[in-house]
Amino acid sequence: MLTVLLLLWPVAAALLLHFFKGRAARVPALGAALVEFALAAYAAFTFNTNNTGQFSFDLNWIPSAGIHFAVGMDGLSLLLVLLTAVLVPVILLSAFRRNFENESVFYALVLFMQTGLIGVFTAQDAFLFYFMWEVALIPIYFLAGVWGGVNRARVTFKFFLYTIIGSLFMLAGFVYLYFQTGPAADGLSAHNSALASFYALNLPAETQVWLFWLIFAAFAVKMPIFPFHTWQPDTYTEAPAPATMLLSGIMLKMGIYGCMRWLLPVVPMGVDYWQNLILILAIIGIIYGAIIAIRQQDVKRLIAYSSLSHVGLMIAGVFSLTQMGLQGAAIQMLAHGVNVVGMFFIADAIERRTGTRNIADLGGLTRKAPVLTVCFLVLLLGTVALPLTNGFVGEFLLLAGVYQFNAWMGAVAGVTIILGAVYLLRMFQRVMLGPDSSFTETFTDLTGSELALLVPLIVLVFWIGLFPNTFLHLSEGSVLNILNEVVKR
Amino acid sequence: MNSIILLSVLGLGNLFLGFRRSNRLLLPVMMLILGLVLTVNFIDWNEGAQPFFNGMLTIDNFSVAFTGIVLLTALVLVPFSQKYVLDGEANLAEYYSLLLFSLVGAIMLVSYNHLLMLFLGIEILSVAMYVLAGSDKRNLRSNEAALKYFLMGAFFTGILLFGMALVYGATGTFVLSEISFAVQNPAPGFESLKPMLYIGMLLMFIGMGFKVSAAPFHFWTPDVYEGTPTFFAAFMSTVVKTAGFAAFLKLLVQAFPAANAQGIWLPTLTAMCVLTLLIGNVGAVAQTSIKRMLAYSSISHAGYLLIALVAYNGQLEGASANGILFYSLAYSVATVAAFGVVKLVADARQREDYDGLNGLAKTNPLLAFSLTVSMLSLAGIPLTGGFFGKFFVFSAAVENGYIGLVVFAVVMSMVSIYYYLRPIISMYMRDTDAETAEAVPVTTFQAGALLLLAALTVLLGVLPGLVAGAL
Repeated sequence: MLTVLLLLWPVAAALLLHFFKGRAARVPALGAALVEFALAAYAAFTFNTNNTGQFSFDLNWIPSAGIHFAVGMDGLSLLLVLLTAVLVPVILLSAFRRNFENESVFYALVLFMQTGLIGVFTAQDAFLFYFMWEVALIPIYFLAGVWGGVNRARVTFKFFLYTIIGSLFMLAGFVYLYFQTGPAADGLSAHNSALASFYALNLPAETQVWLFWLIFAAFAVKMPIFPFHTWQPDTYTEAPAPATMLLSGIMLKMGIYGCMRWLLPVVPMGVDYWQNLILILAIIGIIYGAIIAIRQQDVKRLIAYSSLSHVGLMIAGVFSLTQMGLQGAAIQMLAHGVNVVGMFFIADAIERRTGTRNIADLGGLTRKAPVLTVCFLVLLLGTVALPLTNGFVGEFLLLAGVYQFNAWMGAVAGVTIILGAVYLLRMFQRVMLGPDSSFTETFTDLTGSELALLVPLIVLVFWIGLFPNTFLHLSEGSVLNILNEVVKR
Repeated sequence: MNSIILLSVLGLGNLFLGFRRSNRLLLPVMMLILGLVLTVNFIDWNEGAQPFFNGMLTIDNFSVAFTGIVLLTALVLVPFSQKYVLDGEANLAEYYSLLLFSLVGAIMLVSYNHLLMLFLGIEILSVAMYVLAGSDKRNLRSNEAALKYFLMGAFFTGILLFGMALVYGATGTFVLSEISFAVQNPAPGFESLKPMLYIGMLLMFIGMGFKVSAAPFHFWTPDVYEGTPTFFAAFMSTVVKTAGFAAFLKLLVQAFPAANAQGIWLPTLTAMCVLTLLIGNVGAVAQTSIKRMLAYSSISHAGYLLIALVAYNGQLEGASANGILFYSLAYSVATVAAFGVVKLVADARQREDYDGLNGLAKTNPLLAFSLTVSMLSLAGIPLTGGFFGKFFVFSAAVENGYIGLVVFAVVMSMVSIYYYLRPIISMYMRDTDAETAEAVPVTTFQAGALLLLAALTVLLGVLPGLVAGAL
């Protein structure tokens, strides 16, 4: 029932926001997101770490087709629900400093999207999962398209087209799987679409080999994995900062989560067949994203490509099919979410003050804004995976997982740490240090509300870095369950 | 049956109201009539099959459900004719009565049991449409549309009638169940009559294909829709299509279900379906006028509905009928909203191209929202009825093994996303210019209708169980 509340509350809040026009919507929107956070926190405290599905709810949604509104959380779902619940208030707060038209609609869309995201992370029915997958897409299309930069129409169109085509393939795959299942428990329909029924299917290997791509297509685009990534840098750059944070902080985790929950255990033989190819693509993405990031002049684009590189490592970890790899992906999803949202926020803070995102135009911010510098440095070191920060735990486990699968691949993927340090420290040096430029002369330090936004993120950077077990033991059971499903056949 | 009687009587009564020359009275009366008939229609729900006119018409759940859709469509469409009311259109009472009479034809189409009734239904529906297509007398395009629709329509009606005659010649009956019986239990000498039966059947398919604008008999659609006043074009693309497909399904299921006839009609329908999907979707991409885009979109939706016909599994009330029912409802609701917004914008801005919608989200958030919901529904995006419409139709087809056809349809619906997003981009992501800076006037009736349509679309998309599986 708690899961249903988590799903319904943001929608209800989004509808109620209609009564608050313009700036008056700010506080209610933030309040709603904080209530949602409290609910998620309550779920986390009452969660029993034995890791079977909890807070489950099952309602016959379309009786004639055996489709259920079935939701529930295991440790992995809970981690991502927590991530969403933490980041959405932060993202809403980050929008407070901006002045744009129809603010109430903007906040309503963010809250609406939250429902879609939590729905994706908790769905226990294939069609509910698909449904929520698209519910999350529609608001972000408008968030990026309406409030974005100059090229927004073209860029968001490309984004929408890519993701929806990917999703349609996934839907086709689900429909195929659906017709392989047996009758629903209530006997009202000939088939059913429960997650458990999909796990129980025993499809021939040659079917799984092609089915893999149908299902993977949607996840590949969303994450995105090389070569399905071409929408990503453009969209991240053109979208307004809060939308970019949603995209990079939470939405790309939908793809990784989808792989873990809906791909590996459902078509294990297909995964086995394509494992090497996906790992190679992921590693190409790691290196390629990092190398392009080094050459970027635009702060936002640089973070976008760095994100591409980091996602590559998470994909590699998932497809290494090792416990360490999957655990690494689970914790790195959190760490990356926290870091990338913080980084985009700081990039946005700099852009709002100077009017430019061009690295060459900036410099000397350290003296003007020491607090901002410290925050930026902490997040940056988290992204670079310095020990004791959140990035380290995840990257270590991921690399260990990939190494366990194939030492060479692990070695090549490890280059990401070096390249990451290169482009991030280089950016730090050119933006924060050195002489002032004409753009940065009047630069001011972080305001109280901006700091209030960054502090929780920084706390998380150290929390995950110092006490990773708080989170790792949540996901451990789920990861083992997933791997069991994979190995079983 | 109640609905046929009521519509005929009240339609005649409505004509007399025209003498008062008080257009302001007409719109509420029209809505009252439609609301009344819609309510009365459901009295027959779950009453079992009731034959009328010596069994030439049968009212059962199938016909009640489809009658409900056409009446509901007409009811939510009527408010968009308000400009006629305000402009003091002299013949408004006649137009409204023609709409009511054409609904009688639509109801006959969904409840016929005898080919004569099919023919009568089509004619009652079509003749009214020929007139209404040309109702904008002083507009050359409207005249062209009416003439084109009439000539083509008369031609295809002739083909349909010829087909019926050949079927009659081969089987000796006009009654659907008797045709089916004659095909399945061939009398001596029937073998030599078979070619006649098949040719008759194919000719009937051609006639029906024209009415529902399935390719390759779709050529009239874009031109006629473009010329026809938007209000009546919306009626054409929803009511006529819904009734046409229900009639088509009845024809297939009740007259030609036998395996030996399937060898002929299955490849024919499959080819029609593929061609319709291709022409509808690819054609829509190239359009610059929204009305023409909607015309091609209506062709493409005929293609999706044809999939349900191809996949029918032998019973009238099964997955296919449910698929067509749900799809028609979702499609009609979304299409009425789309045409409604296009009409309001075109009336105010005198433009029917995409750029005419620029910045509509700023000037008229309600119109923009409503058109967005309807475009997403037509594109089949979840949270809208259109998604489950496609879902049910596609699952019916997958279940019966037509996977290749479904894959093709999925690819085509990817194409469709391109043109359905274009109005959304214009409305939300482009700025207004001098021509489009002013808000489009919307009356309370119209705003209410648009909100109702959007709510229905979302309701169908969130709780499809309300309608799915009704038959």
